[in-house]
Amino acid sequence: MKLDCKHVWEHISGYLDQQLDPALLNAVQRHLETCEVCSAILDSTRNILVLTADDRTYELPVGYSERLHAKLESVIAQSRD
Amino acid sequence: MVANTAPQHEAVLIRRILAGEPELFHELIRPYERLVYVTILTMVRNEAEAEDGAQETMISAFRHLNTFRGDARFSTWLVTIAMNEGRKRLRKVKVAAEDPLEVLAEKEGDFTPAVLTDWREIPLEALERKELRQKLREAVELLPEKYREVFVLRDIEGLNQEETAAALGMNVTLVKVRLHRARMMLQKYLVPYLKSEVPGRGGFFRRWFE
Repeated sequence: MKLDCKHVWEHISGYLDQQLDPALLNAVQRHLETCEVCSAILDSTRNILVLTADDRTYELPVGYSERLHAKLESVIAQSRD
Repeated sequence: MVANTAPQHEAVLIRRILAGEPELFHELIRPYERLVYVTILTMVRNEAEAEDGAQETMISAFRHLNTFRGDARFSTWLVTIAMNEGRKRLRKVKVAAEDPLEVLAEKEGDFTPAVLTDWREIPLEALERKELRQKLREAVELLPEKYREVFVLRDIEGLNQEETAAALGMNVTLVKVRLHRARMMLQKYLVPYLKSEVPGRGGFFRRWFE
């Protein structure tokens, strides 16, 4: 199986999620070895996902958890009445 | 990311809460505080509104816990409540302006990612930059809703495909397709920012890698 760049782009997500079947995975890998454009796209996408999963990208407001549990405390107390 | 809380442990907690130990609800929801907040934040784009919404979500979950069916994951159920809460608040706030990334989204099947051949010149310190996180949050907000909701659940909150599909009431294939589109839109949007503002450290590394 020989893939051109456009086809490889369609499988970048599947590649990152390790969901490609073996034949396709092999074809994508072979393409990536020789294609600097596609491997750059893959790397940038992967790095965006690393950044996305980083807790510092979406920070919780200071005191969020304390306020949440205080609020729940009062709701739970009411529920006992 | 969501902590991997064993469903059996949760099932036990839920039973005990319903059987008269409501204070255990604190423990039940602790792993999902972030999940609920971020889900709503990416919808309403306002921290105070998101925090309010997160509180309402948890209160609602507490009050309706007896309607939770054990065949779904608790996290999935919670996300569904959070998304409803987010939509309710969105209707109030009414976010203006058209989504710029929508333009990209319309061109289904004819998508070209942005090329950044010198990505490797931008090592880890680029990812440490605050502005890049800010840009990423902006880009996520700009995603059309149907792509954003999938991206938020899968890539920000780390739900798996099946959980995401269940939370959004769609099949796994559609989750995959939309996740891919979302990632590619973000890639295209973010590459110019990845590229800029990194002074010539790259040359040094390139000498070693070429």
